[in-house]
Amino acid sequence: MQPAISVSDLSKTYGSGFQALKHVDLEIQCGEIFALLGPNGAGKTTLISIICGLVNPSSGHVAALGHDVITDYRAARQLIGLVPQELTTEAFETVWDTVTFSRGLFGLDKNRAHIERVLRDLSLWDKRNTKIMELSGGMKRRVLIAKALSHEPQILFLDEPTAGVDVELRKAMWEVVRSLREKGVTIILTTHYIEEAEEMADRIGVINKGEIIVVEEKVKLMRQFGQKRLELYLQEPLDEVPAALSNYHLELAEDGNTLVYHYDIHSKRTGITALLQALGEAGVRFKDLDTKQSSLEEIFVSLVQEPQ
Amino acid sequence: MSAAMSFESIKAIYIFEMRRAGRTLLQSIISPVISTALYFIVFGAAIGGRIAEVDGISYGAFIVPGLVMLSLLTQSVSNASFGIFFPRFAKTIYEILSAPVSAAEIVFGYVGAAASKSVILGLIILGTAALFVPLQIDHPFVMILFLVLTAVTFSLLGFIIGIWADGFEKLQLVPLLIITPLTFLGGTFYSIDMLPPLWQKITLLNPVVYLVSGFRWSFYSASDVSVWVSLGMTAVFMLVCLVIIHWIFKTGYRMKS
Repeated sequence: MQPAISVSDLSKTYGSGFQALKHVDLEIQCGEIFALLGPNGAGKTTLISIICGLVNPSSGHVAALGHDVITDYRAARQLIGLVPQELTTEAFETVWDTVTFSRGLFGLDKNRAHIERVLRDLSLWDKRNTKIMELSGGMKRRVLIAKALSHEPQILFLDEPTAGVDVELRKAMWEVVRSLREKGVTIILTTHYIEEAEEMADRIGVINKGEIIVVEEKVKLMRQFGQKRLELYLQEPLDEVPAALSNYHLELAEDGNTLVYHYDIHSKRTGITALLQALGEAGVRFKDLDTKQSSLEEIFVSLVQEPQ
Repeated sequence: MSAAMSFESIKAIYIFEMRRAGRTLLQSIISPVISTALYFIVFGAAIGGRIAEVDGISYGAFIVPGLVMLSLLTQSVSNASFGIFFPRFAKTIYEILSAPVSAAEIVFGYVGAAASKSVILGLIILGTAALFVPLQIDHPFVMILFLVLTAVTFSLLGFIIGIWADGFEKLQLVPLLIITPLTFLGGTFYSIDMLPPLWQKITLLNPVVYLVSGFRWSFYSASDVSVWVSLGMTAVFMLVCLVIIHWIFKTGYRMKS
């Protein structure tokens, strides 16, 4: 099947000389939720902006369902909806007018039924005659989503959709995104909140310093890069890891009160039994133990920090 | 690239811009009408009574075309520049840039709306003038042609200024420092025959002279320069603006980094 978005050898150098993207290749499949993770300034917004037509690429190609975003921009942009990062709305327009304007801008005739449906889905129907400036930040965010959905896009970009949004609204936003996916909309979101990607995404791309470091299914990514750690809470603090245990690469934490052992849950031998035996032989006694799965956040941090 | 114009997109921008004018009716219509009325009272009635006829026309009537032009020029520039500057400033321009609209459609929408507003305003001012002096329009079609051409041309100029400006100060700078002086020195309140010979030559470098002169001809069949030269100069100026706008969209100047 044709990818929803295909990016090939895309680079962008701004006038200031800053190279925001370096030979990026990326394919996003139809119907998936793709999360683009990366620290500030990694190139997330630049990538989205080029795909959506806000920024000119320096080199490379981008296509939406096979339509080049430069040479065939009308067809490409018709497919795409964009929810920008900043709350950039008109102030004096009403919700209804601004969403209707967006639909008109995309060259479509008025479809009151569709706009009503969009507003109802986003719980904006009661506010349809309210001026945007009178809305709360979270409501403005919904207005931006409604505008992006007004022309029935097949591909939706959400740039930091839940930045500065309270927990309740964030959950509600996730529901909206899920229901869109059920309708077959491809969703690409950038986020700072790893939790968000963990919760929603089918696949995850990590971008750092203008390069895509990894693109993987979330489940695989967590399995591949995820580690488990065994924490042993000692009865007596240790000054250093006993020499007899050096094979296990243990870490001493919390002022010598905790020993930490990293292991791979997918390997045949985790080494836990042997470790515990060795501990007994070395006379190290512990009062409790705990195991932890590394979160996506830890995986992300390790990925982004590694190439130094 | 699909060639057909998207009429719906142009309409969306046009209606949006016209609605904005509706919201700021006081600023858009009433304030220029009041200032024009003041000009008539001061120059037409108070001082004009002491000034002899110009080209056989009473002074009060003589300044009408110039005053209409004065408002038309300043309002076209300020309407159009603000119309495109504000979305850039508020960053709502993202929506225009990410929509499947061509540069021509964007210009048609914004410039069309700004020019429409100025033409409406020009007609209102003409109506206001009729309350103070007896109006005579010898060539109504040429009058409308000048009105529309000038409104479109200076709205194009305003559009360029709105793209070029990176702050509110620059947005005011050009109208204040260039348009207003050129209009006042462009024969709004006098016939250039009244100037010393040297200044008559220098003043011909001012494009506004041609607009005011041609516009005045459509009223009274009398002008400083030939009406064809006037029309030609307006067309040239419009062409220059179009070329600059073409360049803006081609390079993405100040719109796309």
